[in-house]
Amino acid sequence: MAEHRLFGPEADPAGDAGYAADHPARKGFFTDTSICIGCKACEVACKQWNDVPDDGFDLLGLSYDNTGALGASTWRHVAFIEQPATSAPAGPTPVAGPSPSTVDLGMPSFAKPGDGSGVEDREEFRWLMSSDVCKHCTHAGCLDVCPTGALFRTEFGTVVVQQDICNGCGYCVSGCPYGVIQRREGDGRAWKCTMCYDRQKDGLQPACATACPTQSIQYGDLDELRERAAARVTALHEQGVTEARLYGADPDDGVGGNGAFFLLLDEPEVYGFPPDPVVPTRDLPRMYKFAAAAALALASAAVAVFGGAG
Amino acid sequence: MGSNMAEAHPVGFQWVMEAKLRGARVIHVDPRFTRTSALADTHVPLRAGSDIAFLGGVANYILSNERDFREYVLPYTNASTIVSEEFLDTEDLDGLFSGYDPDKGSYDPASWHYEGMEPQEQGSGAEEKEQAAGLSHESGGPAMEHGDPPTDPTLQHPRCVWQILKRHFARYTPEAVEQICGVPREQFLEVAEAWVANSGRERTAAVVYAVGWTQHSVGVQYIRTAAIIQLLLGNMGRPGGGIMAMRGHASIQGSTDVPTLFNLLPGYLSMPSASSHHSLDDWIASLRGDNQKGFWRNADAYAVSLLKEYFGDAATAQNNYCYDHLPRLTGDHGTYRTTMDMVDGLVSGYFLLGQNPAIGSANGRLQRLGLANLDWLVVRDLVMIESAEFWRSAPEVETGEIVPERCRTEVFFFPAASHVEKEGTFTQTQRMLQWREKAVEPQGDQRSELWFFYHLGRMLKERLAGSTDPRDRAVLDLNWDYETTGGPGLAAEPSAESVLKAINGYGPDGLLSAYTELKADGSTACGCWIYTGVYAGGVNQAARRKPMTEQVSPYLEWGWVWPANRRVLYNRASADPDGKPWSERKRYLWWDAEQGKWDGPDVPDFEATKAPSYRPPEGAVGPAALRGDDPFIMQADGKGWLFVPNGLQDGPLPTHYELHESPLRNGLYEQQGNPTRKVYARADNPSNPSPPEEHSEVFPYVAFVSRLTEHHTAGGMSRTLPYLAELQPEMFVEVSPQLATERGLEHLGWATIVTSRSAIEARVMVTERLRPLRVQDRTVHQVWMPIHYGYAGVVTGDSINDLFGVALDPNVLIQESKVLTCDVRAGRRPHGEDLLRLVEDYRRRAGVTVATGTAVATTGPGAGRPHLESARDPEAFHG
Repeated sequence: MAEHRLFGPEADPAGDAGYAADHPARKGFFTDTSICIGCKACEVACKQWNDVPDDGFDLLGLSYDNTGALGASTWRHVAFIEQPATSAPAGPTPVAGPSPSTVDLGMPSFAKPGDGSGVEDREEFRWLMSSDVCKHCTHAGCLDVCPTGALFRTEFGTVVVQQDICNGCGYCVSGCPYGVIQRREGDGRAWKCTMCYDRQKDGLQPACATACPTQSIQYGDLDELRERAAARVTALHEQGVTEARLYGADPDDGVGGNGAFFLLLDEPEVYGFPPDPVVPTRDLPRMYKFAAAAALALASAAVAVFGGAG
Repeated sequence: MGSNMAEAHPVGFQWVMEAKLRGARVIHVDPRFTRTSALADTHVPLRAGSDIAFLGGVANYILSNERDFREYVLPYTNASTIVSEEFLDTEDLDGLFSGYDPDKGSYDPASWHYEGMEPQEQGSGAEEKEQAAGLSHESGGPAMEHGDPPTDPTLQHPRCVWQILKRHFARYTPEAVEQICGVPREQFLEVAEAWVANSGRERTAAVVYAVGWTQHSVGVQYIRTAAIIQLLLGNMGRPGGGIMAMRGHASIQGSTDVPTLFNLLPGYLSMPSASSHHSLDDWIASLRGDNQKGFWRNADAYAVSLLKEYFGDAATAQNNYCYDHLPRLTGDHGTYRTTMDMVDGLVSGYFLLGQNPAIGSANGRLQRLGLANLDWLVVRDLVMIESAEFWRSAPEVETGEIVPERCRTEVFFFPAASHVEKEGTFTQTQRMLQWREKAVEPQGDQRSELWFFYHLGRMLKERLAGSTDPRDRAVLDLNWDYETTGGPGLAAEPSAESVLKAINGYGPDGLLSAYTELKADGSTACGCWIYTGVYAGGVNQAARRKPMTEQVSPYLEWGWVWPANRRVLYNRASADPDGKPWSERKRYLWWDAEQGKWDGPDVPDFEATKAPSYRPPEGAVGPAALRGDDPFIMQADGKGWLFVPNGLQDGPLPTHYELHESPLRNGLYEQQGNPTRKVYARADNPSNPSPPEEHSEVFPYVAFVSRLTEHHTAGGMSRTLPYLAELQPEMFVEVSPQLATERGLEHLGWATIVTSRSAIEARVMVTERLRPLRVQDRTVHQVWMPIHYGYAGVVTGDSINDLFGVALDPNVLIQESKVLTCDVRAGRRPHGEDLLRLVEDYRRRAGVTVATGTAVATTGPGAGRPHLESARDPEAFHG
């Protein structure tokens, strides 16, 4: 077996974790946000299948997002981003008045409120929607730091918590570069998306992908999904949607590429994704080298001090 | 337009997304930027309620530039037909058509007929309006005596439909659209051109609408305008064309096919009228013309077969098939009239099944006061909805208008089995019946509707057994013989398949296979003639689920579509008059001369062996009178109707009218609103003033309402479930940043929305998805609210329906419950008597009286005269 890598490209995380060569192909999600309609069926189907409790009844005022973020009780999360675009459409000549692109200095105005804000200066508006989920990283920070072995790599190459082993230490929470895994209040244990491990074992799609009406969430063999996603980006570019890009599809990125990756229509930060996530364990070899060097230095010093006395 | 498909019908929207992936262009015309707009190629915001002005602009664009699909329009529509010289258009009467009676607020359509044809004998316009007679035309046009009205194929005759249409829409210019709808003319022209460019021989365009069109005082005419455009562009009866109605919830199509409506019997047979249908012959004569063309000519067979199904062996030719057992209409018995009758003490008992009027119907306070004035109320639902809880938790308990200890209504709550706990069919908008099996057994006392009504009927029959009272005869003669499983007595569950078989119909040789087999001689029995064939060959055709990979489009072996499993209605129009496809690309149905029959992937919506060259012999009636190139076989003349000579209550052509409540004067005509809309002048149903009435500025904003993906209708199936409730946990109101500034509203703060009916509160969502519009040289602010909240469930909130009054479309008596005028104030609303005082103060400032809003005519003789309601005499009512 090859060396167990903590960083960089890894074609076969399941094999690396010790599964025999005939283990299933690595499975993943390709979430194409360009066709997401924000229906949240993924959130509901996930909770229904996995028996995840509700996450509180709070109006957050974040557009139509009232679950806020991924967490112990939200394993699929749909973000809504309301965005004024910069290009003005054809239309009558704009009249004076506030527009979203100008900064309001709070100066008094002679116009009646709303007067200058009609059709004349309307700008094309964008409403981005995106269903977020655990990335099932090639190098999973949560898994690598778990001291109990509750987090493990499945034969599908995904990362799953065994709830009967988790002791609630919370190391995984700080180990995740995306802020996905969380401990559940009143329970203490860490919870996150399992990619419906039980369904996978029965040859079924995860609940979210099954419920998605527009196939914005696609499930399948990761290699095939990456090809499909690349083709989709090319097609969108040809249609003039030049802002389309993939996020988490690159095996050379800070986590060795994601098992769940995304097609985005803007910078990752816009959707609440870290722009350049890095698995904390990347630095382990270097830290051990430093540690080793330090130990060597200490030993040399000890030799110098005590050996010299001999 | 009028549809937020991605949010309200996300599962169906997958096909729009797939079409888009294949290159279709998606245009969303809607007042607000929604999740549908987000996925569309173009979003066009317009002022709520101005759709006819927009569509009329498209019609004008086509007509004035002669961009219609002339080879289709000439043979397949009534464009060339010449109309009576008695007809006067809105162009002549400043917004009215000829025949208007200002006293009755209704039309006599006699002057609208085709030249040389006598108008069909029918009830008066006033009576038809009371009975929502327009609903009976859902499966085909109204009856019309046979005749061959003069035509002018050159379309030059000044009274041919084409020329009338051209004059009628001439004032719907791009400039008028900009002034009325607030849509910049360039953007309007872009949409009009896209629509035209994507129609014709090689391409087709489809229109999708939902209750954003229907729930208006002129809703039927919204859809008519789209139909005119689609006919002019040749988009009807062809693949990829048509007009798709997105329904309010599951099987709404089914609930009009086999209706739960006061004025219809199954298959769109109208309910007999007490004043004019004294005998079976009278009634049948009203359903069809003796010498009429088309398949409605055989309505006698459909009607007699229905009576045979209802009354079985008791129905004989001697007793007119028990026709006298059928109830008769004496006027408006619609849901709103009935609610007012409850308030007035004229109704003693009420059944509610799958309906939640306490918060789900317009004028919530009126609804609840009605429910509180019954002897008994039966509520069958999944959970304890507001309509079962009103007596102890309605807002009127706070105001002292309902006192729980003294509320006289006895409420019986029956837990219902859900759709996964019972078998049966859903009929969706494409007229497709899909069978569903029972997945799990209902728990506890939950029972199916079939079980409830089967046993209710059985017990009533047992209770009345031996009665000689003539009024009990109808129940005793009812054919109530259904297969059951599960055991004796109340353990018996009727078989839904046996009910579907009865709906399909039986003849002397067993189950029927097509409605053409129905007879008027009593030898066939059929519960709904348009559904005949759903059990063709003794097989439950609705239960077919052959995967799409094992069959080809249009997938005839998935479910069953009425009539006769046809997927595209009037598909004869997909071929040219000679029977050849309009183009290879849009090939669907064609005439195979060698085989002597129509061929193609769909079931022909035409007589299968009638050649394109067929010309009816002298004196032919019914289907035989249709030519081989008359594709609209359910219409009395076989043509698509650009101009409707008969059957609509509010005019033969669509006209832009302002809403019942509007801050603006009609920019096109002196006539302000729909002059035939149904108004109820009552102190408990006040209207906000609209121009030309004074003080409309007291309610300066336009509010419109619709659905969120996360909730379902009034919330009974979603606010009660934590997984859905958490996704949209509170009632909110969306406002533009500009209105927020104008009214001092803060994001996530509170706002109070006030009308002359009530005031409700909502959390504020400031969003640029709403933009003020520039209309008639002023700024119009629109606010939006979801329809889903009420006072019961996991999450609660004020109900939008408390803000609405009752004003109805005259054709189908549907309420105008999408748009109203209102005031918006920062902060929470008062409670108890303070709430009543606040609303009273607004009414006083706006000068609102019972008469406000009821002067439906604003031009011509009788303009400005209010339509006051005379009190109903309880004695006369019960007599």
